[in-house]
Amino acid sequence: MRRRDFLAVAASLPLIACTKKSAPPLPPGTLSGGDFALGHRLRAGDFPAPSETRRVPLLIVGAGIAGLSAAWRLERAGLRDFLIYELEEAPGGNARFAENEVSAYPLGAHYLPLPTREARALRELLADLGALEGDPQAARPHYDERLLCAAPQERVYRQGFWEEGLLPRLGVSRAVREEYARFFDLMQALREARDEAGRRAFALPLAFSSPAPRWRSLDGITMRQWLFDHGLTSPELYWYVDYCCRDDFGTRAAETSAWAGLHYFACRNGEAANAAPETVLTAPEGNGWIVKRLAPRFADRLVTGALAFRLAQTRRRASADFWLAAEGRSLRIEAEAIVWAAPPFMLPKVAAGLPAPIAAACRAETAPWLVANLTLSAPPAAGAGAGLAWDNVLYGSPALGYVVATHQHLSAAPGPTVLTYYHALAEMPPAAARELLLRRSQPEWAALILAELSRAHADIGRLTKRLDIHRHGHAMVRPVPGLLWGGSRAMLAAGWGRVFFAHADVSGLSLCEEANYRGVLAAERALALLGQRAVSLL
Amino acid sequence: MSWSLRAARLASGALATKIPMSNPDLPATPRLQLALLSSVFVVAACGLAYELVAGALASYLLGDSVTQFSTVIGAYLFAMGVGSWLSKYIERDLVGAFVRIEIAVGLLGGCAAALLFISFAAELGPFRVLLYLAVFAVGVLVGLEIPLVMRILRREVAFNELVARVLSFDYLGALAVSILFPLLLAPHLGLVRTGFLFGLLNAGVALWALWLFRAEFAGRLALKLAAWGAFAILGAGFVAAGWLTTQAESWLYADPVIHAETSPYQRIVITRQRDDIRLFLNQNLQFSSQDEYRYHEALVHPGLANLPQAKRALVLGGGDGLAVREILKYPQIESVTLVDLDPAMTRLFATAPLLRRLNGDALNSPRLRIVNRDAVRWLEEEAQSYDFIVADFPDPSNYSLGKLYSVPFYRLLKRHLAPGGRLVVQATSPFYARQSFWTVVATLEDAGFKTAPYHALVPSFGEWGFILAGREEYRPPETFTVPLKFLTPETARAMFDFPADMARLPAEPNRLNQQNLVRLFEAEWRHAVR
Repeated sequence: MRRRDFLAVAASLPLIACTKKSAPPLPPGTLSGGDFALGHRLRAGDFPAPSETRRVPLLIVGAGIAGLSAAWRLERAGLRDFLIYELEEAPGGNARFAENEVSAYPLGAHYLPLPTREARALRELLADLGALEGDPQAARPHYDERLLCAAPQERVYRQGFWEEGLLPRLGVSRAVREEYARFFDLMQALREARDEAGRRAFALPLAFSSPAPRWRSLDGITMRQWLFDHGLTSPELYWYVDYCCRDDFGTRAAETSAWAGLHYFACRNGEAANAAPETVLTAPEGNGWIVKRLAPRFADRLVTGALAFRLAQTRRRASADFWLAAEGRSLRIEAEAIVWAAPPFMLPKVAAGLPAPIAAACRAETAPWLVANLTLSAPPAAGAGAGLAWDNVLYGSPALGYVVATHQHLSAAPGPTVLTYYHALAEMPPAAARELLLRRSQPEWAALILAELSRAHADIGRLTKRLDIHRHGHAMVRPVPGLLWGGSRAMLAAGWGRVFFAHADVSGLSLCEEANYRGVLAAERALALLGQRAVSLL
Repeated sequence: MSWSLRAARLASGALATKIPMSNPDLPATPRLQLALLSSVFVVAACGLAYELVAGALASYLLGDSVTQFSTVIGAYLFAMGVGSWLSKYIERDLVGAFVRIEIAVGLLGGCAAALLFISFAAELGPFRVLLYLAVFAVGVLVGLEIPLVMRILRREVAFNELVARVLSFDYLGALAVSILFPLLLAPHLGLVRTGFLFGLLNAGVALWALWLFRAEFAGRLALKLAAWGAFAILGAGFVAAGWLTTQAESWLYADPVIHAETSPYQRIVITRQRDDIRLFLNQNLQFSSQDEYRYHEALVHPGLANLPQAKRALVLGGGDGLAVREILKYPQIESVTLVDLDPAMTRLFATAPLLRRLNGDALNSPRLRIVNRDAVRWLEEEAQSYDFIVADFPDPSNYSLGKLYSVPFYRLLKRHLAPGGRLVVQATSPFYARQSFWTVVATLEDAGFKTAPYHALVPSFGEWGFILAGREEYRPPETFTVPLKFLTPETARAMFDFPADMARLPAEPNRLNQQNLVRLFEAEWRHAVR
């Protein structure tokens, strides 16, 4: 070998060695979800005419938390004669979950904060499901300890270190820490703020919030604007607030309504007898535990894999036509009332004669989300700083980090686990993001996700045995300025004749509490239409 | 012109600083540049490796990895700055200086991990002072390297090109090591051998430079000898790294190490000094054969001597078989189930003659069933209930272990406790970690048990705490029917009395969503003076 050849080879050897070692083959996995083909089909509208018509007093469309809450409310009122039709193969909506040999894991929403005092129906539901013991409306109820998130709840990775909590504090200047303190003082004041009639400034369900303009007007500016108006300008705090907006609304702080952003920090006042106020309720399957306990009660009346393609009503009754793909036929359900617990964005495509203002309200932009479940042969090696928590966030990442499905397990031994990685594709306009979500293949997503996580976990590629992608094309409505209090939500909340809209997107904030509230409210209104008067649970 | 001639010209030019600043037209110089740039790559890789080795070693030996990494990296970066500043004082014989620095950094950086580990184990000096001295010295030398290479190259390459290339190779080298270190080097070679490996690379760069500029170095025998000497020392260190580590570890354990193995779960070390056999798991003392009977008699007999009907016993943790040995003394016990996660532990204590003598060959008893599984997962699937359960887990020093001292875990144990049965929990020291001990009592009570806390003096550990728990009130036994070395009915009764400095404190139960026990335990043991 000649000298120069030797030099060239020697110089490139370390590089070759490192590329070979650091790139194990991409893990296999599925690519599920995404209402893409379906949207196309709906637009084309080539469904066969219904081959059968069924009659039922009440029909619920959609078996997410809103639809299941409506069903639960109907049963509590003694009405068992209803049907639930769900588009997907399994109930749950944004709270759906899946399971493999390692653990159950979420496909969407993964936690529920301790319910606020106003979330009365939700507390009743939790008590009914065995998650809350004693008086459901108590100031500090006792919750099932296995559902209370085990310590340590969260940590953030920044500059090579894991810190407990989500706000970076290591190596942060005193000025920034003082800004944190000022921000949380402001939030505490808003949490306690009430109007002359005693209504909270920011309540959850948000319908109970004060209508006073001094707070409502905050829906006209962005969260970013509000921060800057208050002299809160540090990049660290901004990252944190922006993270929270993306995490809850799939929308950046620069686009989120300040009312919505502040609501996130100021609405929670739930407490527990056996946990700190900031504790959340969670399970390996995320919020899927609610679905797991609730849906079997309606198994005999729940039909899955049914696409609603036409919704119509007369003065006497309403009807919905479904395409049953598995049976290759269509079916019409006629009901005295319909609870539409599916996302409103689908309505303009299916509802015949939907008034234009309602259709316009339905067309608010929605955020696409990606949820990836990584099945690991062992937990990632401990890095510098705080150990593995339930929620693990990478500072500065466009994604939202991951939660650990096995965290709630009592076992102390490090074994295989499932990490649920969230990415609200908020960094680009929703339509472009949705297109990207649809276009990228599983290996492309896997490579991107592993590259992102390897910032903090050098061994993630080696440990990941499966990487399953679940896509939410329209995960939630985006609470941009004007969405919440600009009139469109009120338009949807009023309903449409015999059709009552029940979905978190009707409220404008995609929260379990809102879904439950909207479901229960729609069920109670439908009951009233059927002539059954019951004391409201709300 | 041949390549070596040009190299020689370049080298002499570097010496005499006569060659014009930039001459990109020279057709063959890229090869030399490539050689020097690849040495930048290696030098940068070595520099980062020493930093990582020092940080990892400090966190391994001193704990608190945030502090260790932070201070080591800070000291190192500062030292590099000092080195860079000092480089301006090197005015002549740049290549010679470069070679000398490479030899020095190779020797010092390469041996640092081994020397630091040995000095820690043998307590040769104040470890932190030595650590930061070593980090600082290596940092200064590494800081000298890059400016020198840049100055050697400066005559060949335009400044903007030079900075771009040198720095990009510098960062590439750092990237390569930052990826290789956690994936390959630390786990497969170990810290000490990794140190030697990078020392060898530095010495190799020195030898390479000597050869590249061999026309210039003709006659400088001392430098060549030094380079080869350093290479030989580091090579020997690389080969002997395993032996060095074992030696240092045996100093760490005071007594001769008679067995050491690393299982997927822990480092198991057995030492022996005459009659005293000791077990260490991850460097923590588990027992000394001089007084372990005190611990295990206190753990088992106050609870079991009172259960004449007991037939089935369950031991969670305790793969050494010493608790099982005590349980098997009772003829009415028909079966004992031992659940220990680590098969390496139960295998060792079932086969090594010395250890079998210690546990009375308990692990080979026909009455014993060994389950090498995670206790929680096993309990969740197990349907049977037991008359006597021993929970002998490591102390709640982290969140994972803290779960084994939580309300839901004790509820799970309660489901497996037969009517009239009793559970005993080892619960750290009520003297050194008083609040922690009473927190475990409060946790058991929150899970619906009636508790009987007690304590015994185990000289190797100090005053140690245990808690008996059951559905009924507990009474200490009137007599002991099995042969015992420590317990008498009188001493047993006295164990339930807590003197004022260990008396009950109000405590919150250890709930999973708070894990207050882990924080308490950590704080109390940090302040414990033993």
